[in-house]
Amino acid sequence: MADTPVEYIKHHLQNLTYGKLDAGYERFDGTVMNESAWTFARTAQEASDMGFMAVHVDTLGWSIAMGVLFLGLFRYVAKRVTTGVPGGLQNLVEVTVEFIENLVRDGFHARNPLIAPLALTIFVWILLMNMLKFIPVDYIPTLASALGLEYFKIVPTTDPNATFGISIGVFLLIIFYSLKVKGITGFAKELSMQPFNHWALIPVNLVLEVLVLIVKPISLALRLFGNMYAGEVVFILIALLPLWAQWTLNLPWAIFHILVIPLQAFIFTMLTIVYLAAAHQDH
Amino acid sequence: MNINLTLIGQSIAFAIFVWFCVKYVWPPITAAMEARQKKIADGLSAADRASLDLELAQEKAAQQMQQAKEEAAVLIDQANKRAAQIVEASKDDARKEGEKLIEQARAEIQQERVQARDALRSEVALLAIAGAEKILETSVDAKAHSEMLDKLAAQL
Repeated sequence: MADTPVEYIKHHLQNLTYGKLDAGYERFDGTVMNESAWTFARTAQEASDMGFMAVHVDTLGWSIAMGVLFLGLFRYVAKRVTTGVPGGLQNLVEVTVEFIENLVRDGFHARNPLIAPLALTIFVWILLMNMLKFIPVDYIPTLASALGLEYFKIVPTTDPNATFGISIGVFLLIIFYSLKVKGITGFAKELSMQPFNHWALIPVNLVLEVLVLIVKPISLALRLFGNMYAGEVVFILIALLPLWAQWTLNLPWAIFHILVIPLQAFIFTMLTIVYLAAAHQDH
Repeated sequence: MNINLTLIGQSIAFAIFVWFCVKYVWPPITAAMEARQKKIADGLSAADRASLDLELAQEKAAQQMQQAKEEAAVLIDQANKRAAQIVEASKDDARKEGEKLIEQARAEIQQERVQARDALRSEVALLAIAGAEKILETSVDAKAHSEMLDKLAAQL
């Protein structure tokens, strides 16, 4: 564990990284790698030196756990679903499904059976991942260090890899449906003949439209990541306060996050629907 | 905050979750919700229909009641008339019967009177003859005087 506040904060913001260190790399304790090998990073420096060939085990593990929890719960209900009077759990699931169904009905006018379940997955999954924030910041890292793991960051949405992973998926769907609905020429026309419908301005249009297209996944991912990351940093800062003062700030901040967490999940879902609706729109 | 393979792993997990949701989660739940919606709509329309039916049935029942009342009134009327007729007829019969009886009685009385008179007449004739015999002190030959006696009897 860390000693100074800065180290404490840095420690709490570091993912548990499992990656490849090249041969000849000098590790944190001065030993030199004989050959390149996959291993857990023991310091932040090691984690960043691993480059792209590394995996945030905590992010992946927790996000998959939340996804499995979501699908397990909903599948459990779907198997026992009754058309009669629904029980408590089925009610909860149906309210969520209906909420998403209404969002999609209002925002998405083309016919595509993929969009609603996609929105449901995004909403509930992100909601569950965000909700991991309610677990006090020291619980899981302390437990992990007792198990010999140097770092452990449990909220996947405070890791840009997680948010970009989802938004890139959405981005690929936007491209796919743009091409499918409008065809290559239609999509190219949309990128080059807007907003200025004149052949001389095609390059300007192209720059603008491609920028607009690329900004979509980036804004999706960064909005979610930024909100969650900032919130997490504040939680960590509050955790640095003396024990008697912590609850005065921690409690309001946690209550505030009861609003922020579903809001961010909702915004991500809503924007996904809007972007995909735009992709389906043929001019 | 390093971008690394986690990104790809997350995308793959996302794709798998979406696929699972599309295939195994969304359809049964929405199908059940739609089925329930239909059930409720059917129930409501059935209730509407039932109340309409009830109204119609009540109307019909009232009509039938009215008709029954009218029929009953007609029947009672007929019965009354019939009863009056019967009473009238029996009165008539009784009067006729009575008259007949009186007539018979009168005839009998008449007959008896005639018989009594005849009997009396012959009695008187005998008495007259007896009286005459006494007066004449002779026997009257009944045969010889029967003509005269009959004349006498007829005059009585």
